Amino acid sequence: MIMLAAVCTPLLAALLVALSGRWPNVRDGFSVLMGLLLWPQVAMLVYMVLAGDTPELSLVKMLPGVDLAFSLEPLGAVFACVATLLWPIATLYSVGYMRGNNEPRQTQFYVCFAIAISATLGIAFSANLLTLFVFYEALTFSTYPLVTHKGDEASRQAGRKYLGILVGTSVCLLLAGILWTHQLAGSGDFTKGGLLPKDLSKAVVGILLALYAFGIGKAALMPFHGWLPAAMVAPTPVSALLHAVAVVKAGVFTVIKVVVYIFGIDLLAGNGGGNWLIYVAGTTTMIASLTALQQDNLKRRLAFSTIGQLAYVVLAVSIFTPAATLGATLHIAGHAFGKITLFFAAGAIYTSAHLTLVSQLDGVGRRMPITLLAFGLGSLSMIGLPPTAGFLSKFYIVMAAAEAEAWFALIALAVSTVLNAAYFLPIVYRAFAKPAPVDARYGEAPWQSVLALSLTAMLTFAMFIQPGPLVDLVRMLIEGL
Amino acid sequence: MGLLNYWLVVLLMLGGLYIVIAHGNLIKKMVGLNIFQTSVFVLFISLGKVPNGTAPIAIKGAADTVYSNPLPHVLILTAIVVGVATTAVGLALAIRIREAYDSVEEDEILAWREPDATGSDTSPTTTPEPNF
Amino acid sequence: MAPEMSLISTVQAHLPVLPVVTALVAAPLAMLVRRPAMAWLVATAAAVLLLIFSLMLLPATAAGPLSYAVGGWQPPYGIELRVDRLTVIVLLLISVVAVAAMPYARASALVEIAEDKQHLFYSCLLLCLTGLVGMTVTGDAFNVFVFLEISSLSTYALIGMGRQRRALMAAYRYLILGTLGGTFFLIGIGLLYAMTGTLNMADMAMRLEPVRDSRTVLAATAFITVGLGLKLALFPLHAWLPNAYSYAPSAVTVLIAGCATKVAIYLSLRMHYNVLGVDFTGEGMQLAPMLAIFGLVGLIVCSLVALFENNVKRLLAYSSVAQIGYIVLAISLASNTGLTAGIVHLLNHAVVKAGLFMAVGAMVWRCGSDDLQVLAGIGKRMPITSAAFVVGGLALIGVPLTAGFITKWYLVTAAIEQQAWLLVVAILAASIIALGYIGKIIEVAYFRPSPVGAPVGEASPLMLLSMWSLVLMSVALGVWADGTVTLAGQAADVLLGARR
Repeated sequence: MIMLAAVCTPLLAALLVALSGRWPNVRDGFSVLMGLLLWPQVAMLVYMVLAGDTPELSLVKMLPGVDLAFSLEPLGAVFACVATLLWPIATLYSVGYMRGNNEPRQTQFYVCFAIAISATLGIAFSANLLTLFVFYEALTFSTYPLVTHKGDEASRQAGRKYLGILVGTSVCLLLAGILWTHQLAGSGDFTKGGLLPKDLSKAVVGILLALYAFGIGKAALMPFHGWLPAAMVAPTPVSALLHAVAVVKAGVFTVIKVVVYIFGIDLLAGNGGGNWLIYVAGTTTMIASLTALQQDNLKRRLAFSTIGQLAYVVLAVSIFTPAATLGATLHIAGHAFGKITLFFAAGAIYTSAHLTLVSQLDGVGRRMPITLLAFGLGSLSMIGLPPTAGFLSKFYIVMAAAEAEAWFALIALAVSTVLNAAYFLPIVYRAFAKPAPVDARYGEAPWQSVLALSLTAMLTFAMFIQPGPLVDLVRMLIEGL
Repeated sequence: MGLLNYWLVVLLMLGGLYIVIAHGNLIKKMVGLNIFQTSVFVLFISLGKVPNGTAPIAIKGAADTVYSNPLPHVLILTAIVVGVATTAVGLALAIRIREAYDSVEEDEILAWREPDATGSDTSPTTTPEPNF
Repeated sequence: MAPEMSLISTVQAHLPVLPVVTALVAAPLAMLVRRPAMAWLVATAAAVLLLIFSLMLLPATAAGPLSYAVGGWQPPYGIELRVDRLTVIVLLLISVVAVAAMPYARASALVEIAEDKQHLFYSCLLLCLTGLVGMTVTGDAFNVFVFLEISSLSTYALIGMGRQRRALMAAYRYLILGTLGGTFFLIGIGLLYAMTGTLNMADMAMRLEPVRDSRTVLAATAFITVGLGLKLALFPLHAWLPNAYSYAPSAVTVLIAGCATKVAIYLSLRMHYNVLGVDFTGEGMQLAPMLAIFGLVGLIVCSLVALFENNVKRLLAYSSVAQIGYIVLAISLASNTGLTAGIVHLLNHAVVKAGLFMAVGAMVWRCGSDDLQVLAGIGKRMPITSAAFVVGGLALIGVPLTAGFITKWYLVTAAIEQQAWLLVVAILAASIIALGYIGKIIEVAYFRPSPVGAPVGEASPLMLLSMWSLVLMSVALGVWADGTVTLAGQAADVLLGARR
């Protein structure tokens, strides 16, 4: 029941926001408040999972033999936890951003935002492939109005690309994969140790894995990554929470979930039909990092960095060992806190200084020190240096890769780490070391935004200092794999 | 005799169909349609004929009389009524078309460009519109 | 009849014939009352009764098919009405669309039909319903032809009532092709009669068993397939459909898009599976690959045409032809899953497309033109109607939690079952194209600024009631699909059972 309540809370928020659209203060208050209300609910769920429970709930008998149902396991708990934790913070940030930039249609914005969170939680809780697919598509369609928020030609084209790639891959590949799975296994329930029969041929496993890996377009594996840079036309809070956390993490979360609960790690490790995945993921990491290096637009650079970081997760999963899965899951959280901080900072710079290009950022650090300090911390997390969350998760991935003697994965990780440093550190250097143009007259962004980005920066730090509960949760996931 | 009836049916059917397809005049099309339908009537009636059969009227005392099958006649009576109704609706439409277009020639009618209609009847307009 | 027999038991005893009688009696009644409002009331009452009777037939057929001898003449000599699970589904479809369309018909007739012709409009509408319901319930092959012509003749008249004069040509063209189709069907029936000496469909099926491979039966199969292909707008026999849908009064479009082609598909299922017993998998006529190819090409080609079409009504009409391709594909798979998918889609698509045509009809009525560009900014000018269009559009694309998704789920499952990978690809690709053409309209409606001085204002409450009831139903059919899928599965059993 708590799960249903948790999914419904954002929907209720959407309703309240829609009704109170005329009074911006009340509306924004509702948004943040409902986000805070969600915390205890998800905390309770996580506590239950830590205690060894598996909360289950069947919503509706949708098809004969297939229910729309929830069932929470450790992986879903991690994902739900991350999304929930960041939602009210992102809402707080949005208040500052949307008001600071006088964006139109703010009510519509908050409504869609809340619906997207609800869909994200649905993905995290889903007990079978059908439920997952339902919420996956709901997330795509609810974020479409956010991507096209500006309503001009550029955002319409971006919206077309966004919807075209995400729906195209999910319908043509993912749905086919799901139905094939139903055909092979007789159901689509996520099962510990894997659902598919163990005697599948190498070719079937390889093709099926391809249907999933590429069909989950939200994981932005090349060549289906184009929607993510396109989605950067959205207002920054959207890029921050949805296109650095909720949507893309829903993608890699689904990949992990499918690998662990549908195929089963043993099947993939023993069968060998899925070995190609590591190369695709590794290549994606390196190409994305190289591309990010060439981007002058700050948000686009961040977007390509996200593609690279998502590929880390897939790369880790495709080593097909429990330890690597642990690293992959941790990286969902580790990357989330860092990347949202970076986006928040980029949005704050845009709000107060109206700068969007990296080459314009000379001296920004002196005028917006808090923002840029947070940005620096986020950058360290992306590169994978202490004292940040990124270090922790990357450490686990590298260890797992070394243990499994996955040399290609190690090389890809090393190359992209160097590249990460090459495209993030110059920004920080430029912002602090170079003098600002003489006519620069701006200070920090609105307090809501600054507060939000400080909070996320602290979370990045906190996860490094105190990873205990999170690691415990993830360890439960890999137990018995 | 043999299959003569059926050959006639085929002839009428093809003739009627040809007129419907080949002629642009709406009235002639209707004529063709009628010929086409008539061929089917003949087909059904031929089916009902039994060699040496007489009209199916039961006569007392003549137990061994061979009758023709009356059912196809009944069916065809219905079909004729349907055919008449179709012709009536078709001709009524033709009259309305003549009132509206001042012509019953198909190509003349289709040549009219409607003020608010887009594209012709056969080819949809393909304005280049960016799509997904 | 014994005096103690209550009304209920009388109704129960005559249940199979009551839907036909209701519509048939109401048609002249609507004409006689003359006042438009009264005629509308008659039509609505008839539609509601139709729905009630269909719902009563639902439990009545759970155990097995109902048979009813018209006038007490026992089959196979008299005309038999036969109601099984498949019949009930189609009856429900017709009555639901009819009931939902009635408020819309009132609103649309007020603006589209001259005051002194409105009672005739309702009368024709009811006659059309009579024909559709009659075709569905009858178990007599010739009777099918009669009801087919009743519904067709009234449809020609209804299409001719459209406001633009192009409606006349559309109606005339449909008349020619429809009559050809009907007559082809009649020829097929005649040939079957020549082989079997019976017109009762069940009896015919039994007697056809030994002569299944004779040339006459093959010819009959060909005539019936082509005749029904014309009526159900099977690609490439669909030439009449786009114009007929575009120029008919919008309420008529709703009804024929929702029901008319669907009943023709039902007939085709009935004839091919239950009467002719066509061996879809074996050597014989190779009907399955033929239907599959026509369905496939129709699906892709007409989806693409819709993508480039700039007239919204024609766009939806081409989309209908494409969707018929889905159903034909499903039929050609000839498995239980395939038929289930086809039957579910029959139902789902009727509801979804009727709802979409209602929304678009209302927009076109408000803007005075069916050109896509004129609808710019309609999302702000008619928010409730546009929202209905968006939801209906999502259902057409097949987004989860809508009716379209259920169909896609079963259709793809059926194709995977038969290892028909090309079909899997085509089905999924077509839904992406659907995303394209629906997205095209939504973009224009929501992201283009309204032209200066463009008419603003919602559709009338009656129209909104109609369209939202169908749109919500299409969502309900997608969430609680258990019932419909089970029902469709039983209907598929009925179809396949006759062949085993």
